[in-house]
Amino acid sequence: MAEVNTDKGGDKGGKNKQKKVTLRVDFTPMVDMNMLLITFFMFCTSLSKPQTMEINMPSKDKINEGEENKVRESSAVTILLGKEDKVYYYLGMPTQEKYEDPDFLSESDYSAEGIRALLLEKNAGVNRLIKELKVKLQAKEITDEEFKLQSSEIKKEASKTTAPTVMIKPTDESNYKNLIDVLDEMQICNIAAYAIIELADGDRYMLFKKTNDPIYLTEAQRQEGGY
Amino acid sequence: MPKVKVKRKSTFIDMTAMSDVTVLLLTFFMLTSTFIKKEPVQVSTPSSVSEIKIPDVDILTVLIEPSGKIFMSMDRQDNIANVLKKVGEDYNIEFTDLQLKKFSLLPSFGLAIDKVKSFLELSTDKQDETLKTLGIPNDTIDNQFKRWIKHAREVNPDLRIAIKADRTTPYPIVSGVMNDLRDLRENRYNLITSLKAGANADAALN
Repeated sequence: MAEVNTDKGGDKGGKNKQKKVTLRVDFTPMVDMNMLLITFFMFCTSLSKPQTMEINMPSKDKINEGEENKVRESSAVTILLGKEDKVYYYLGMPTQEKYEDPDFLSESDYSAEGIRALLLEKNAGVNRLIKELKVKLQAKEITDEEFKLQSSEIKKEASKTTAPTVMIKPTDESNYKNLIDVLDEMQICNIAAYAIIELADGDRYMLFKKTNDPIYLTEAQRQEGGY
Repeated sequence: MPKVKVKRKSTFIDMTAMSDVTVLLLTFFMLTSTFIKKEPVQVSTPSSVSEIKIPDVDILTVLIEPSGKIFMSMDRQDNIANVLKKVGEDYNIEFTDLQLKKFSLLPSFGLAIDKVKSFLELSTDKQDETLKTLGIPNDTIDNQFKRWIKHAREVNPDLRIAIKADRTTPYPIVSGVMNDLRDLRENRYNLITSLKAGANADAALN
């Protein structure tokens, strides 16, 4: 391979005598150097670009009364992110007596059997349609663009009728991972309507009733209750 | 007794094939990978099923450390210089061309504007060391973080903001940054995550 054949045709006495000189180049240092470069590139570069999650937050501008989109009570799901990776949720709107009822708030977790099972069940109509669409996509009946367009249409249509509206309320005790986990669940469960909202005083009170942990209460609430 | 003749065999191995392979590998790595940016603090991003890749250009990364320190990095050096100039004007601090140049070469920055001049005088090793202890102030008294973002948007209207926070960051810190962005009407931004191993949205549904 790395031999260069150099013919030195020397004519002597009419006889065609060819002398073969083999020129071998030693490639070992070259390999050494290449290996070194490869190691350098492996350590100093990243192959995959980081993933991102796109998020739209509501603007702070005041919306006029009436223009504000009201959430249907039957479809409202409120998720409270507690401390130590605990999730609490309730359905519908809390009323005065429900604040006192510790069973109104249910405890859950971030596993597939936890909050995801609930949301999948709530959003079953959309998920069925999206699943059908995915089968079509895999069978190459529709293209990627068509899939995206149609699935967003399904979500839009459903948000007017049955699809749940999820309100995410992280407490001060939760961390960034909890927030991402919950946003992840929204994507997995194909929920189009969700928002990150500040914790209300009533939610704090419910969390306290449920867990008996005054950490969820505000300073004013603590004084009021004498805790 | 005849002498035992040991036949000498050459141990020369042909390295050409090996060389071919390594060059090929090298080319592959050079073409597919991107250099890791040096960051003042190591953050481990939370994992998610989202598969959207972050765009290559016009990215403003906001790095949030678990203790609440904020750092920023921009991918275009000419932008960084312009932003520093504008933020400096707000605080009546003027920077020389050399200082602007030096600042724009930093891989990431995050320090109070009045400390920038003395910071640039330090050696590179010292800079890395001190940067860890700094961070852009974003408290209510003097919210410099907002100014940086505001001027960055003025300099480059196509800028996309990406938040890269550690998974253990308490929510109030993240919410503080989000509220600052909200005040500036920056309602669309990206959250940087890493891919969850072995799990994706399809698997969860089936």
